[in-house]
Amino acid sequence: MKEFKVTPIRNGTVIDHISVGMALKVLRIVGVKDDVTSTVSVLMHVPSKKAVWKDIVKIEDRELDPKELDKIALISPNATINIIRDYNVAEKFVVEVPKVIKGIMKCPNPGCITNKDEPVETEFVVESKKPITLRCVYCDRMATEIAENLR
Amino acid sequence: MSAGFKGMDVVSIRDFSREQIEHVLKVADKMVPIAKGEERSVLLEGYVLGSLFFEPSTRTRLSFDVAMTRLGGRVLGFDQPTGASVAKGETLADTVRMVDAYCDVIALRHPQDGAARLAAHFADKPIINAGDGAGQHPTQTMLDLFTIRKEKKDMEGINVVLVGDLKYGRTVHSLSEALAMFGAQLTFVAPPSLQIPKEQLKQVDSMGQKPKMNSSLQDVVADADVLYVTRIQKERFPDPSEYQKVAGTYRIDLDLLKNVKRDMIIMHPLPRVGEIAPEVDRTPHAKYFEQAFNGVPVRMAILGLVLGGLK
Ligand SMILES: Nc1ncnc2c1ncn2[C@@H]1O[C@H](COP(=O)(O)OP(=O)(O)OP(=O)(O)O)[C@@H](O)[C@H]1O
Ligand SMILES: [Mg+2]
Ligand SMILES: [Zn+2]
Repeated sequence: MKEFKVTPIRNGTVIDHISVGMALKVLRIVGVKDDVTSTVSVLMHVPSKKAVWKDIVKIEDRELDPKELDKIALISPNATINIIRDYNVAEKFVVEVPKVIKGIMKCPNPGCITNKDEPVETEFVVESKKPITLRCVYCDRMATEIAENLR
Repeated sequence: MSAGFKGMDVVSIRDFSREQIEHVLKVADKMVPIAKGEERSVLLEGYVLGSLFFEPSTRTRLSFDVAMTRLGGRVLGFDQPTGASVAKGETLADTVRMVDAYCDVIALRHPQDGAARLAAHFADKPIINAGDGAGQHPTQTMLDLFTIRKEKKDMEGINVVLVGDLKYGRTVHSLSEALAMFGAQLTFVAPPSLQIPKEQLKQVDSMGQKPKMNSSLQDVVADADVLYVTRIQKERFPDPSEYQKVAGTYRIDLDLLKNVKRDMIIMHPLPRVGEIAPEVDRTPHAKYFEQAFNGVPVRMAILGLVLGGLK
């Protein structure tokens, strides 16, 4: 028997196995603000079989685009995306850390040319996935503080 | 392989394989008589170098100018951004796109890290990084390698002692990686607050030779084949008396040179501010003026290779 702490959704997306503490950042990534028009539930600090604790975000009537998925992967590499159709999990996949990250994060190096008003997207190469370490293609500096620098 | 140089950007020394660096050094060697003015060349006649110096740097700028001119080419550009459209708030991207249309190759010095990579993104013509912020300065690394190779023939196994500001010094990081790639044994000498960053040390370590660290120059100088000295900047020290103490400890003078190898060479990217006593200039160890001259043949080689005039 299924036990739900929140109302089930008919259609939408469940972002499960979010690294504990990252739910609010996930909300920011998917653009949930005060003026939200569909049901969004947020579960924080939920017991997890895979990790001890996790966060979950459920959004009604919404699927995520590739940029959003990339950002979620960066702050929570084990998150699973469950696409719900007619109350059932129709699709499930684990987010994937891309090899190259374009435009979704600013360079943490204040001296980097990409932090000036230049008409260019930031670009990072993923040097390591555990822990996630990115190298700025422009200034060559390593970045590990991902969440703070997402835009 | 050498055909691959034409049109290439020279942004970071990491973009070059060992073979490619060796090729540049070999070509640079052939440029020496032209660099000295003993031979004339029209190799790059009709070519124009755009020389964009957003930050003053007499030595680097002049040696690019001379290199291009000695090969029969011409130079246009600026040596500081005031007066240029940049001062009016133009983006680097726009300046580069404009100059790209006027020139065949661009040398860029800029205070921001990563500026050269950005320029390369917007320019069709080759970009040569002449130093960007705390980032890379690949032609300096090449001329340092050229100098060491010239004096020591083989770089495999030689002892290179790098002393001074190893934390912020931009030339030291790329040079130490390149030296490690060529099999040199490195020793980093600096006060703890200016020692080589961990990440950089790991990088060098991963290239083969286990680097050493020391805070005393006296302890290691006797074994050195090359002593590479860099400037220690006053601004790095909150307390001026602390600066005086540190600067004094690492000063190279005749006294320090008493027990060194006879053929040990001393290098410095210049300008120096008291790190090397003038009395040292007269010793056979002093190679920093040759090193500065070597910037010319090395930059000639790079200009010739990326423009396709040299193979
Ligand atoms: N209709 C729905 N409304 C809201 N949440 C749902 C709905 N269906 C499933 N979920 C949630 O989506 C997530 C994935 O559901 P699933 O049934 O695949 O669970 P699971 O087998 O535990 O998956 P996993 O192995 O990924 O943890 C769970 O957190 C579940 O609570
Ligand atoms: Mg589950
Ligand atoms: Zn950067």
